[in-house]
Amino acid sequence: MPKEISRRSFLKGSLVAACATCASQVPLPASAKTKSGQELATLIDIRKCVGCEACVEACREVNDFKYPVPEKPFPKMYPNRVKVADWSDEDGREVRDRLTPYNWLSIQWATVEVDGEETELSFPRRCMHCQNPPCADLCPWGAARKLENGITVIHSDICLGGKKCQVVCPWDIPQRQTGVGLYLDILPSLAGNGVMYKCDRCYNRIADGEMPACIEECPEDVQIIGPRDEIVAEAHRLAEEEGAYIYGETENGGTNTLYVSPVPFETLNQAISKGPGQPHFDKVEDQMAHADNLAKAMLIAPFAGLAAAVGRVYKASKKLDDKTGEAS
Amino acid sequence: MKQATAPKVFAEQKFFKPFYFLLLFTMGLTGFGQMPIFKRYYIADIPGLGWLADFYATHYIHYIGAVVLFGFFVYAVVVYFGLMHKQFGLTWAAYVRIALLALISITGIFRVLKNLPDVVFSPLFTMVIDISHLAFMMFLMVFGILFMIKKIGWLDSK
Repeated sequence: MPKEISRRSFLKGSLVAACATCASQVPLPASAKTKSGQELATLIDIRKCVGCEACVEACREVNDFKYPVPEKPFPKMYPNRVKVADWSDEDGREVRDRLTPYNWLSIQWATVEVDGEETELSFPRRCMHCQNPPCADLCPWGAARKLENGITVIHSDICLGGKKCQVVCPWDIPQRQTGVGLYLDILPSLAGNGVMYKCDRCYNRIADGEMPACIEECPEDVQIIGPRDEIVAEAHRLAEEEGAYIYGETENGGTNTLYVSPVPFETLNQAISKGPGQPHFDKVEDQMAHADNLAKAMLIAPFAGLAAAVGRVYKASKKLDDKTGEAS
Repeated sequence: MKQATAPKVFAEQKFFKPFYFLLLFTMGLTGFGQMPIFKRYYIADIPGLGWLADFYATHYIHYIGAVVLFGFFVYAVVVYFGLMHKQFGLTWAAYVRIALLALISITGIFRVLKNLPDVVFSPLFTMVIDISHLAFMMFLMVFGILFMIKKIGWLDSK
């Protein structure tokens, strides 16, 4: 996508250069760095998934230490339209058929026709790890952020649980748990409502040179991980050679999770249960495109102001000269 | 005795104030709208204010406001030095306002940078930027109200 590269080069070259010194003084966590410097993407081949939930169990096991441990009773919320989100009881923790603060990956099922035969497909759903994630861009507190290796994480020790990330996420991925986090130490009844949780693609394991648990434990090798360019190339190969359909390459401007399916994603989208914690497969426009375009306009605006002002000053000076000339 | 001539009134002196006030009000409103508070506190339930609960709408308007603000700042600086500075000086309150506006703009620029694809800042730096952007705006509001009560404007006749 040369246009995309050119746009980024333009913005980065113009804006980042001015602030490079300052930004370079901010150390990045080791987990944010990849050897190649490229973003890592995963490819989920829906055709291989058997729905065994080994990925779900592996995710729950390795991420258990990151799960919320809420303090009860929860603070009374004002106004009372703010609802408690509690998944911490035994039943809540056991939920596996949707995303929750204790279940960052779930299996969706769809009965569709493949090559004239009714087939039941299954596939893991979790955070798409967008290349330009609205959750991280619009988080007012800096709790959600994208790492250099393309993973989007929510820092549970910073998040106030305002749920803005879920509202702006095209797939409504992050899930809230009340009674945990920083908001308890600030204004627990008046601001915040817990912490938002979602897949962090095992960023800590990747930092240690390990694979994300869902990939490592999958008996069918449904997922592969690698530099995004290679993952996209592989998805295209599967599309061309095997007639597969791709999702995630361009959705929301591009994500670091690509799916390949034996049926069009419109068909798949119609066949899955959708709702809270159960993401769709709709087409998604680049939600942050407007911000990128207006960032360019911010560069141009001072020059427009300068041109208008110079014109104004010139006109006023000329008028003054004319008056002086007439007087003399 | 020579009669003192009334200082020349520039067109900018008439429209700068309402324009600046409207722009700052919009930026403040949409800036606060970046926090999930308008829906929580029923403000977005007021007829006509539902858009305040739409984070993309407030973000878009905030960015447009920044575009206008940057153009306006440059226009104001050039017109002041090109036309007005022989006749008017800046009050101390103007310097306070300018300093705060500069700090708001700088932190805002960093926030815009953070939102670009592939630009990554540390959580601490992002948090400092976010909080300082909000804090400087609140200082500007407080000082603005104080200066208004004390009737201290931007310009002082020389």
